[in-house]
Amino acid sequence: MNLTLQIWRQENAKTEGKIVEYPIQDISPDMSFLEMLDVLNRQLITTGDSPVAFDHDCREGICGSCSLYINGEAHGPDRLVTTCQLHMRKFKDGDTIFIEPFRAEAFPVIKDLIVDRSAFDRIQHAGGFISVNTSGNTQDGNSIPISKHDADEAMDAATCIGCGACVASCKNSSAMLFVGAKVSQYALLPQGQIEATDRVQNMVAQMDLEGFGNCTNTGACEVECPKGISLENIARMNRELIKASLKS
Amino acid sequence: MALDSKIPEGPLADKWTNHKNNINLVNPANKRLLDVIVVGTGLAGGSAAATLAELGYNVKAFCFQDSPRRAHSIAAQGGINAAKNYQGDGDSTYRLFYDTVKGGDYRSREANVHRLAEVSTNIIDQCVAQGVPFARDYGGLLDNRSFGGVLVSRTFYAKGQTGQQLLLGAYSAMNRQIGRGKIKMYNRHEMLDVVVVDGKARGIIARNLVTGEIERHSAHAVVLGSGGYGNVFYLSTNAMGSNVTAAWKAHKRGAYFANPCYTQIHPTCIPVSGDHQSKLTLMSESLRNDGRIWVPKNIEDAKAIQNRELKPTDLTEDQRDYFLERRYPAFGNLVPRDVASRAAKERCDAGFGVNKTGEAVFLDFAAAILRYGKEQAHIKGLDEDDASLIQTLGKDLVKSKYGNLFQMYEKIVDENPYETPMMIYPAVHYTMGGVWVDYNLQTTIPGLYAIGEANFSEHGANRLGASALMQGLADGYFVLPYTIGNYLSDDIRTGPISTDTVEFEEAEAKVKSEINHFVNNKGTKPVDYFHKRLGKIMWNKCGMARNEKELKEAIEEISALRDEFYKEVLVPGSANEFNEELAKAGRVADFLELGELFAKDALVREESAGGHFREEHQTPDGEAQRRKEFQFVSAWEYKGEPKDAELHKEALVYENIEVKERSYK
Amino acid sequence: MSGFLSSSIGKKIAMALSAFFLMFFILQHFAINILSVINPDTFNEVSHFMGTNPLVQFALQPVLIFGVIFHFAMGFVLEFKNKSSRKISYAKNNGNANSTWMSRNMIYSGGFILVFLVIHFIDFWIPELNIKYVVGDNSGLLEDGSGYRYFEELQHKFVPLWRVGLYCVGFIFLSLHLLHGFNSAFQSVGANNKFTKSLKGFGIAYAIIIPLGFIVIALFHFFNNTH
Repeated sequence: MNLTLQIWRQENAKTEGKIVEYPIQDISPDMSFLEMLDVLNRQLITTGDSPVAFDHDCREGICGSCSLYINGEAHGPDRLVTTCQLHMRKFKDGDTIFIEPFRAEAFPVIKDLIVDRSAFDRIQHAGGFISVNTSGNTQDGNSIPISKHDADEAMDAATCIGCGACVASCKNSSAMLFVGAKVSQYALLPQGQIEATDRVQNMVAQMDLEGFGNCTNTGACEVECPKGISLENIARMNRELIKASLKS
Repeated sequence: MALDSKIPEGPLADKWTNHKNNINLVNPANKRLLDVIVVGTGLAGGSAAATLAELGYNVKAFCFQDSPRRAHSIAAQGGINAAKNYQGDGDSTYRLFYDTVKGGDYRSREANVHRLAEVSTNIIDQCVAQGVPFARDYGGLLDNRSFGGVLVSRTFYAKGQTGQQLLLGAYSAMNRQIGRGKIKMYNRHEMLDVVVVDGKARGIIARNLVTGEIERHSAHAVVLGSGGYGNVFYLSTNAMGSNVTAAWKAHKRGAYFANPCYTQIHPTCIPVSGDHQSKLTLMSESLRNDGRIWVPKNIEDAKAIQNRELKPTDLTEDQRDYFLERRYPAFGNLVPRDVASRAAKERCDAGFGVNKTGEAVFLDFAAAILRYGKEQAHIKGLDEDDASLIQTLGKDLVKSKYGNLFQMYEKIVDENPYETPMMIYPAVHYTMGGVWVDYNLQTTIPGLYAIGEANFSEHGANRLGASALMQGLADGYFVLPYTIGNYLSDDIRTGPISTDTVEFEEAEAKVKSEINHFVNNKGTKPVDYFHKRLGKIMWNKCGMARNEKELKEAIEEISALRDEFYKEVLVPGSANEFNEELAKAGRVADFLELGELFAKDALVREESAGGHFREEHQTPDGEAQRRKEFQFVSAWEYKGEPKDAELHKEALVYENIEVKERSYK
Repeated sequence: MSGFLSSSIGKKIAMALSAFFLMFFILQHFAINILSVINPDTFNEVSHFMGTNPLVQFALQPVLIFGVIFHFAMGFVLEFKNKSSRKISYAKNNGNANSTWMSRNMIYSGGFILVFLVIHFIDFWIPELNIKYVVGDNSGLLEDGSGYRYFEELQHKFVPLWRVGLYCVGFIFLSLHLLHGFNSAFQSVGANNKFTKSLKGFGIAYAIIIPLGFIVIALFHFFNNTH
């Protein structure tokens, strides 16, 4: 396959960036999208250009490092995959492909396609945990039975990989799906009840501080989420916040 | 220096308890005066950082990823073992201990493994308390599945994402401490050297991967939880960034490196699709619970399948060779990983492979779909003879168990695994070898600890499935936080460690000079070119089967490749910016040294054990043959060139287990 | 409850609550208007009641006005905040792949509804205020005293084509706004459970039927006027 790539290049956070066009030849449909970029980078390096910087690590769709806004969609046109698992067979010979970083004021660009997603970490620092020390004396794992339904639903929320596709896809750059998933995981489990009030208030407050936009329920995040995290998690977070506000 | 493993006296089952009761403690007020650096934030590093901070130490944690949550532990799929015996199938601490020592082909320390089995149950309790959503049965209790190499169900799991959930648990514990200011987190930082002051590890040199700045960080102790070195093979199931640099730099500063040749080749990975391949994807071992592995019985059929003239579903049962079930009737498809991988390689080498390169075998779920379909029809009171209904019900159940894995396979291979068998092939997955540590997890450099996959660990020559997560968390939550206190209790009067010393200066200068060499070299070939070539040498000559001649060749070839690398490597950009190629160059430089030591270790170990298979040492029916005279840990001391490394032997003593022929027949 | 409204989710819930109120109002408005098609006399009586009852005039009407202003003001505040959360926009964005046009353009459908409302106020409401509180005629009768004036005036309003056209377009935008807004409001207050699944269909029906009904009323009077 021969393709035309339109890639966002930006030297660092302080400089302005622009879209640069790169033609690329002989791409195999069995390649992953990142392997296609590897080919481009090899070309760029050997011709003395600087390679395109992009985040990637596990390349099996679980670490959440890879991002990329491909042809107007987070993680590209395929569903329920991250960019590293998107394969070139989803494109046609002769296609033009736009590749941009995940954009949000809360995700400043570090270089080219790499953005700083530490805002997500800071939201978790504010309350994304259950306060339990490691002691070896916690109660037996089976002493709190949890209904399979709740455990499964908590698991579905917990599968979030923190990639930021929800923010990137949202026209408002809202992080509610990410925060909702974490709030939901603990809200669904008995272990999480004790701190529930503080947790949701602190996490939402930190989310607001980071400069994410508000949710207008377009549902784009759910569609683009590589792990299929449901909008129900946002509804649950809203309920949790109402409950918490009435209590405190 | 003689190796002292510091294994406590007393009966096996009491060693850890007695040891904990007798080691020195640091009082809470003094813990505030002590700094600990933790490198790596996977299951081991993350859990250690959180626990040390909970105890009151000042922790500085480093990871090269943009968030601690992305460490490669996240990719572990299948599960975590614990001797809970919730299923009442006869499991016990002893049995987990026994299975692990046997699974490791009698090349691990009894005392360490027993301790691991003892604390395994605490891990599950701790993780449940943290809110890890383990799978539960309809009664609300924790569910288990079975894994390779054992006869009980002791594996706890969270769908096919157990590693992710456990890591997010450790990450949440870290978050709590970061929020409290007890952990200072350094994301996108790579450790490039250990600083040793007066014989003790007192800090590290790290590079800020965003700005390129070289930083000095001091502490009273340094903990390496930096993972394994499977990427020395270029293609592996490790993350792209996984590297040996932290461990290797420690080795060059005096930490012995143990058993580098013990590599786990995982049998169920997605086969290589072409030369562009950048990494390999693992399919969880749990698939072998229900999938049956086979190749065609007749070579003509195999050829026809390779050329796509025949479909696997065209072959009848008696035209198929379920080679694991044939060779190992007792364990069948659930034999340990090393055994399964070698058996698959043996069939493919004989020409029975099933993809276009002949390097794949089938993993077939047709029988499981049928069995589950009938079971479901029976439960629901539906017609058990309705073939299409059975198929639908069966596929639904298989989907509920392995849905995410099947989806992943379909995305990568573009074939529907519900309709046609999956193709799998072994790939490098885990390294049992690593930095040598004593019972306290301390390396041969005082104050430098290694935990998780980074140490040479409790897995001997082969790791059982679902044991890596167990070991990482055991080290980080329940072992290191105790043993490091014993060391730090001597440091309560030391005060803050200055970074303004000749030792820091020397280490920083060394790091900078290597970086400057790379960016100024202006060679002709990118880093990956060398990494790929190293990987080919490793896979072909130090892979699933090794022999003296090829190992000797490998040592020479790697040594020559290293010279060429330093002359010809092309690193674009500068040192003072985000420069992934520069980071990669440093990592590959270390792989090029480790690879040579790896081959040398494999050459010296003239026996077959677990993941190390020497063609010269096999039983008449092709099984690994251990030799009594190699019942030791090889600990290598750095002496300049890797091939000049000096071997120290730590004898392995088995007092509680009879060393037997490891049989899964 | 401290700071609830200052949080992003608090604003969103307030937005939803005002939306519920307005959706209820529209339903009520529709119920009265449709009487003008069914039975002009009843329409007149109800209109007179609504126009002169002190509870409606001095309690409910100010609440309604507050609700309208709040919903619009908050809508613009949120839009401004949301726009500033991404200052550099994508060179290529494929919004249709993951969301509806309606959900992405609430500010435009809402904006047009605002324009319509302003005209509607000038057109219907200000003359009403003038008659009742400036002129001081609270009788609700026609000038010749032959009966209530409301139906007559209504018919009269729907004579010019431009007004009927504006009216139709206004309600098309209302429909677009409601097609996203109805279910969105329920999601915002956290009502996402098994009951809201069936609510979804109801929301779509509401978003189409009510505005369509208003359009039908306008067209009915346009084609059946006696002037």
